[in-house]
Amino acid sequence: MSDHEYTPKSKVGKWFNDRLPLLTLANHLTDYPTPKNLNYWWTFGGILTFCLITQIITGIVLGMHYVAHADLAFQSVEHIMRDVNYGWLIRYVHANGASMFFLAVYIHIFRSLYYGSYKSPREVIWIIGMLIYFLMMATAFMGYVLPWGQMSFWGATVITNLFSAIPLVGESITNWLWGGYSVDNPTLTRFFSLHYLFPFLILGLVVLHIWALHVPGNNNPIGIDIKKPSKDTVPFHPYIVIKDAFALLIFLLIFAFFVFFSPNILGHADNYIEANPLVTPAHIVPEWYLLPFYAILRSVPDKLLGVIAMFAAIFVLVILPWLDTSKVRSTVFRPIYKQFYWFLVADVLILGYVGAMPAEGIYLLIARVATAYYFAHFLLILPFLGFKEKTTPLPLSITEPILGGSPDMAMARDNSNYKEKL
Amino acid sequence: MRNSLKLAFFFILFSSLFFSKVQAAGEQNDLLEVDWSFKSFFGKFDRASLQRGYQVYTEVCASCHSLKHLSYRNLAEKGGPEFTELEAKAIASNFEVTDGPNSDGEMFERPAKLSDKFVMPYANVQEAIAANGGAYPPDMSVLVKARSGGANYIYSVLMGYDEPPAGMELDDGVYYNKYMYGNKIKMASPLDDDIVEYSDGTKATVDQMAKDVTTFLQWTAEPHLEARHKLGFRVIIYLSVLTILVYFSMKKIWSRIETKV
Amino acid sequence: MSDPEKKKPNRRDFIVTATTAAGAVGVGAVVWPLVDQMNPDASVKALASTEVDISAIEPGQSITVLWRGKPVFIKRRTQDEIDSARAVDLSELKHPEKDEDRAKNPEWLVMLGVCTHLGCVPLNDKGDYGAWFCPCHGSHYDTSGRIRKGPAPTNMEVPKYEFVNSNTIKIG
Repeated sequence: MSDHEYTPKSKVGKWFNDRLPLLTLANHLTDYPTPKNLNYWWTFGGILTFCLITQIITGIVLGMHYVAHADLAFQSVEHIMRDVNYGWLIRYVHANGASMFFLAVYIHIFRSLYYGSYKSPREVIWIIGMLIYFLMMATAFMGYVLPWGQMSFWGATVITNLFSAIPLVGESITNWLWGGYSVDNPTLTRFFSLHYLFPFLILGLVVLHIWALHVPGNNNPIGIDIKKPSKDTVPFHPYIVIKDAFALLIFLLIFAFFVFFSPNILGHADNYIEANPLVTPAHIVPEWYLLPFYAILRSVPDKLLGVIAMFAAIFVLVILPWLDTSKVRSTVFRPIYKQFYWFLVADVLILGYVGAMPAEGIYLLIARVATAYYFAHFLLILPFLGFKEKTTPLPLSITEPILGGSPDMAMARDNSNYKEKL
Repeated sequence: MRNSLKLAFFFILFSSLFFSKVQAAGEQNDLLEVDWSFKSFFGKFDRASLQRGYQVYTEVCASCHSLKHLSYRNLAEKGGPEFTELEAKAIASNFEVTDGPNSDGEMFERPAKLSDKFVMPYANVQEAIAANGGAYPPDMSVLVKARSGGANYIYSVLMGYDEPPAGMELDDGVYYNKYMYGNKIKMASPLDDDIVEYSDGTKATVDQMAKDVTTFLQWTAEPHLEARHKLGFRVIIYLSVLTILVYFSMKKIWSRIETKV
Repeated sequence: MSDPEKKKPNRRDFIVTATTAAGAVGVGAVVWPLVDQMNPDASVKALASTEVDISAIEPGQSITVLWRGKPVFIKRRTQDEIDSARAVDLSELKHPEKDEDRAKNPEWLVMLGVCTHLGCVPLNDKGDYGAWFCPCHGSHYDTSGRIRKGPAPTNMEVPKYEFVNSNTIKIG
């Protein structure tokens, strides 16, 4: 892993390191050569690590007070909110933390899409990332069920019913998921168990994600391969650490604003009504971060095809490294792709918006167009564009993008922009 | 410059996503807006209003609506109505709770203590539904948080009783309410002028009682609201200071390799 | 990194040191809620006292009630038991305490039924002193609940309690 041999200075350190090279690992992490032109979109990796740790710690604490039983869950959450010392704080951090986690992960994913971080030789990092994202959605969904409010119950009912779309075995599968004939106590207890387990799987995948990242090293806004270590790189500590810390603090300010001054705005009021299997809320919506997929699901008139479309929407992301045929990584040098990139961003936001709206009339029409465009982007536009698009010339190195031979002033301006942002 | 524009673009679109749900719920008449004392960043409860609100709840709402997540001790806790402990004990002792079994294996009645939960008007949901013509009077513990619009919604419904518009047919036991979802409500207008007598001399108008009881219900839903605001303010100050410190540290550290960061 | 500024660490490092210190304070502050959440919560604290009806206890009988999750022995002692408890010379005791101090009302002995050795619940009317005997490791207690023989270091603890009226004891 390390690019140079490291020997601890102290005798004890050397003794220990010969047996378990933790110090070599620590040295690798602090000295890890990082491109010096990384902009603030690159700070979200650190922010996401923070989010995961925060969710795990607050979650373990909540698990000490929460009771996973259909008759007691709602009450135990209220007990946390009212009686447990700082229980309200810990629960609001955990609940809003989920939203902040997804906000950060979406920015992280769209940063990858913009700068082509999923392309060779980083495909495995990307696929592990997609696995993490998928597990995050599963974890968040099951976590949302735990308070056993109306949205918990009916969200669980709707999402688990997706599996009933599978021909022949659908009903058996849903009954197996529920541990009964509807969402009930057995469902709640297994969701609690898995909600507790999955974050640790995510943590394991995060280690692999970072490991896989440290093999080729970071991509960068210019998207060219760089020699490391070189004048194009800086050691991770202190340069990247302090910059990540700064970005994290800005993120925390927004986080704190939600937790302390608007803790319920991202949730749904109906979830403060205890679950009632006899009454469905007028308007079921998942949490905001699942809305685009929910919109895709509803836009297809056939039950099975809708479910397939929803899972396909995630799957196209997994195979993205092979759908994008362009050899140029950074969108900075792909003028046409840049347009399509922003179309995609807008498309996903529109999908999210219509996902929150009732599935009827104009909203349904918009959802269908947006769904079609989503798949068209990945399955038609990206593969073709790679062959057709005329990219602007690439610089030879980060430090000398202009001397590198690019006569394109627009590109040079772009580069100086990135340096300025740093 | 272009990047900050993109950032703003992202921010606006994301926030429009966040609030789209709020818009979706706003198909009813626009809610009445009240300048609640607990609303702002430093918002606190009006102690006297909380105490009056408790009186309205007990004398008007409590015959049908439970507050099952509250205990009598909450009435004396900091950040709430802050009755004295003696007052709270006296309030509790007005209610009978079932305890037991005793050593003979029998349940028995005793006056409530501070540690007891609020006594519920009905033994179970079915009884509550049967006694109220098929409509369940919801538990009010977290009612404010369970309705989009929150305190303004509760206040609006209390103030929203009116003659039904021409052509609207109402069944027996159904009332017209401007702000209720669907405009039909099975609860008759609960408030009338002077239906309670405030001990502090405040005039018990419908508007006053609606505000007081809404304030009280905001507290029952969010009993640590004051502590949250106070801690939140400190956290924001601390984070801001640290952000500035980290910013200058970053400048300093990066100046070792580049003049411009 | 080997730039000339490195030679004047004071100026360069001040802001970084201040930042690190401020950050450490914040981390410390975050730890407190995470620790405090495990302390007894408001609903537990509210149950810190309990009232017991003792009207049905005959002399020589004892009942066990649960208080703060632990057994409390309430024994109505016979005159013999009171006499034997009060006759003991304090110098014989491992943990000298007068019976008068342990049972204000001599007829009633109220104490935590928890052996002070390792927390087992002693058995009534057992042991060398005809009172309590802990089956776990063989501690013998007398009719005042004082340790007389065995590994337990101290007498069984007397909780704070009071007679609300002649039929009711409030523990805690």
